[in-house]
Parts: sequence; structure tokens; C-alpha cells
Amino acid sequence: MRADGPALSVKDLTKHFGQRVAFEDVTFDIGHGEVFGFLGPNGAGKTTTVRTLGTLIAPTSGSATVAGLPLSPDNGVEIRRRIAIMPESPGLYLRLSVAENLQCFADLYGVDDPAACTAAALQAVNLSARADELCGTLSKGLRQRVALARALLSEPSILFLDEPTAGLDPVASRDVHELIGSLRESGVTIFLTTHRLEEAERLCDRVAILNTSLRTIGRPDELRDQLFAKTLMVKTAAPLADPDAVFRGHQGVDGWRENGDAGYVLDGSDAAAAAPGITRALVSAGADVLSICESHRSLEDVYLQLIDEDTEVRR
Amino acid sequence: MRLDRRRMGAIIRKDLREYRRNRSVVSAMAIIPLIFMVQPLVSVFDTSSAAARQLGQHHELLYMLAIPALVPITLAAYTVVGERQQGTLEPLLTTPISREEFLLAKALAALGPTIGVAYLVYAAFIAAVELFAHAGVASALVRGSDVLAQVIFTPLIASAAIWVAIAISTWVSDIRVAQQLSALASAPAIVLTLLIAFDVIHPTLGLAIGLGGALILANRVGWRVVSAMFDRERLIAGR
Repeated sequence: MRADGPALSVKDLTKHFGQRVAFEDVTFDIGHGEVFGFLGPNGAGKTTTVRTLGTLIAPTSGSATVAGLPLSPDNGVEIRRRIAIMPESPGLYLRLSVAENLQCFADLYGVDDPAACTAAALQAVNLSARADELCGTLSKGLRQRVALARALLSEPSILFLDEPTAGLDPVASRDVHELIGSLRESGVTIFLTTHRLEEAERLCDRVAILNTSLRTIGRPDELRDQLFAKTLMVKTAAPLADPDAVFRGHQGVDGWRENGDAGYVLDGSDAAAAAPGITRALVSAGADVLSICESHRSLEDVYLQLIDEDTEVRR
Repeated sequence: MRLDRRRMGAIIRKDLREYRRNRSVVSAMAIIPLIFMVQPLVSVFDTSSAAARQLGQHHELLYMLAIPALVPITLAAYTVVGERQQGTLEPLLTTPISREEFLLAKALAALGPTIGVAYLVYAAFIAAVELFAHAGVASALVRGSDVLAQVIFTPLIASAAIWVAIAISTWVSDIRVAQQLSALASAPAIVLTLLIAFDVIHPTLGLAIGLGGALILANRVGWRVVSAMFDRERLIAGR
């Protein structure tokens, strides 16, 4: 099912629990087939947002369109038919086998061929061999994979994944990442909440950072550019005798500062473009250059910068 | 309102599998009927043929209608709060199932085993009396009207007890509290049953029709009331 317009459109969505604000004025659109990262600290409102979009919780105000349907109580059943949510806790029936768990949900979703769907979902998470084992006997990581298989049963157009790799070992996490990649290729829209910023950076087309209100939204590299000026990192074998004479006056370089012993950071609007001139100046000054490179700011830096700003404001 | 049988069937099958594999549920469902069967059997076996005529003046077997009031409490009290405590309620509610389907399926999953156990115990009791009691005791004790009352009222009483227990399960946040409050809530039905069995309230056809009608109404209203009480937001977000 693929309607015109975004797969998920949220406008000024707000949820209050009494006096407490869970999230407010959240606005964003997600395109079909996009992997959208939803980041934020504990208590930021990420899970409540997912539950609201999944029709489990009614918003206080604002509107949303989920999988082509306006978010409303009347559309609850139909929206839930088109989406799937994998909650943070797997929530499996431990006295039932893996296959029994999945068959139950296949019937709840009304899939045409429950046995085939169950088999396909198990194969997608590499659990076919454990179909008959009781879920209570599985490790946490395997239970997480069963929960992921359960979310795949209905072939949803939007898949909400709430911390899908929480508690998984690196190999299992990599499997989940690969699965998300293959789902993206098959056109599934994925709404991913995670604390693992490197995961978001690697998997997501765009990310939003929520801290009760939406702090920012965009492609990870765009966010880095918005928040951090590009800098040039210079490392020499020995400290320069007169660094100011070497670094001053180059186009695109506004200033410099020391960065440890024989290390320098050059700030500017386009420090990277100044790299050839800086290199020549260093050589002319007789310096032994060990490295010159553009600094790399991670999504984690962006995240921490925004959350720290919020913390400062709230003080 | 349209109910989806397949979705309801999924919940019923899942619940029955879980009950069967849960020793505490199986033992709880077995102990209550055994208590209700063994002691009266001893008393009946002790009754002589001469004393049997006395039995014919009462409807003592109707006390076994307390079984369908007590047996489903363990199951029904678990329905919502149990799913909530083991973290399975949220995944269930993210599926297309409606709250009416969910609750009715839960009630039916508790009703089936309850009716089975109640009828089985009743049949076993009658069989034991027919086979091993003194002459004349069986014919004095077992009467067609009592058997009919047992057959008709067992599902009605069980359903009412189930809706009360599910309502409590929807409100509380602890399984034990749900079971204790449900047991307390079933007390009036049990007392009424015992009063009729021991002829304090004389059973008549009019009384049976009145009680039957009241129970049918209570069960219909129970489903609607519990559905209205079932607040996804409060159950999921705990607020």
C-alpha cells in the first residue's frame, strides 16, 4: 500500500500526561522507504511518540497521518493493520514456542498464509532452526530477534523499531543492521529509536533529536555542518617556533589554537580549502608535518551539543 | 460492531496453550473442584438408605454451582494484569485487534476450561453416587431439575464471575490483588448458591427464570462495561 505523500507526517503533535509534558509541537515528515532515526535521552518522549503514532496513546493536540490514514481513534484498527511496532521489551509468551508466538500474531494480523509468513519471518532473522523451542529458553538476544520476526509478519508499510539492538551482542546487532538495510531496499519505511548514535549514523537517512520538543532534524552530515564549523587538524613532529606566523593570513582560516603538544586546530569557514597553503607554509617554516586533516565530528558530538544546550537552558 | 473470529481464535488458542503449560493454573483449577467433591462424597457415602428420604427434600447438589463462580477467578483475574506484568500487552495491542474482540476472546478462553471442569466434576460426583452410595441415595439426591439447573446456570455464573474478574484485572496492577479481589467479588454469588442449596431460599421455577435472566443481562452489560473500562493509554503508559 503506497499512497501519495509522505509515509508518515506529523504536525505539531503534543502529548501531556496531566501537567507533565511527554513531547510537544513535534513536526516532521518521513518519506516512503526512508530509515528515520529518532534520538533523544531517557524521558525525552521517544517511546511515547511511537506509542502515539501506533494508536496506543491519544495525542493531546496536533495531527498526524500514518501510512496514509489520519491518526484518529476511528482509524486505529486500520492503522495498526498497516504498521508494526517492535517495542523495547520483546514481550513474548515464554511458555509458547517461537513458532506458536509468531502464529498467534500472524492470525492477529490476518495474514493470508500464517505458516508461510512465519517461516519467512524466522528465516529473515536466522531463527528457522529454533522455531520449536520455547521462548522462555532463549537468550535475550534471541528473544529480541523473535520480536523482530513478529514485527515483520504483516509486511508493514511502516516499521517502528524501539531500541532494536538493545542488549544484543555485536554479531547480533550487525544481523539486525543488515536486516534493516534489506527492509529499506524492499521499500519499508523504518522509524528507528535508538541510543546508539553510531547505529543511527550508519543506518539512517535522516535523524531527529528529541528532548521533549524536537531539537533538530536532518541528514547526519547536514547536522554536523549546521552545528560545527569545519576545522583543520595539524600535527607536527615538534612544536612550531612561531605558529601565528605560519597560520595567519590564509584564506578561509579565521584563527588557530594549540591542541596538545605540537598539535594545532585551525578554525574557519573553509579550513579544508586552506590545507594546501598551510602545508606549504609549514614546509617553508621547516616543520616536519606528521598530518593535516579535516576534523570529523560524529553524530554523537551533535547529539551531546544539543542535549548539553538544553541542560544549560533548564538550569 | 463486527467481531473478527480469527483474531479472537488466536487469543483463545494462545491462552489455552498457556494455561495448559502453567502448573499453578492447572493445580488451582483442580484443587477447588476436588475440595467441592471429596468432602460431600464422604458424607453421601455415609448416608444410609433410611436417611436418603431426607435428601429428597433439599437441593443439595446445587451447591456445586459455586464451582463455576470460583474456578475461573484464577484465569480471568490474570487476563489483563497478567499480560501487562509479563510485557505482552503492548505487542498485543499494537495489532489490529479491537478491545471488544480482545476482552471477549479472553473471557471465552477462561469460560471453556471452567465449564469443562464444572461439568466434569458434576458428572464424576453423580457417577460416584450412582455407583457407590447406598441404595436409594442416588435417586433421592440426583433429580432432573437439579441437573438441568446445573447445566444451564454453570455457564451463566461462570461468565458473570469472569467479567467481574476481568474488570478487576483491568484496574489493578498486581495479579495477586486481582485474584483476591475477584474472589471477594464472587462471594455474593457463592452465598446465594449455598442459600438455595440448603433451602434457606426455596428454589422455584420463577426464581430460576429470574436469576437466569439477570445473569444473561449481567453478562451482556459486563462485556460492554469492561470494554469501556479498558483504556489502552492507562494500561500501556501506566497513567
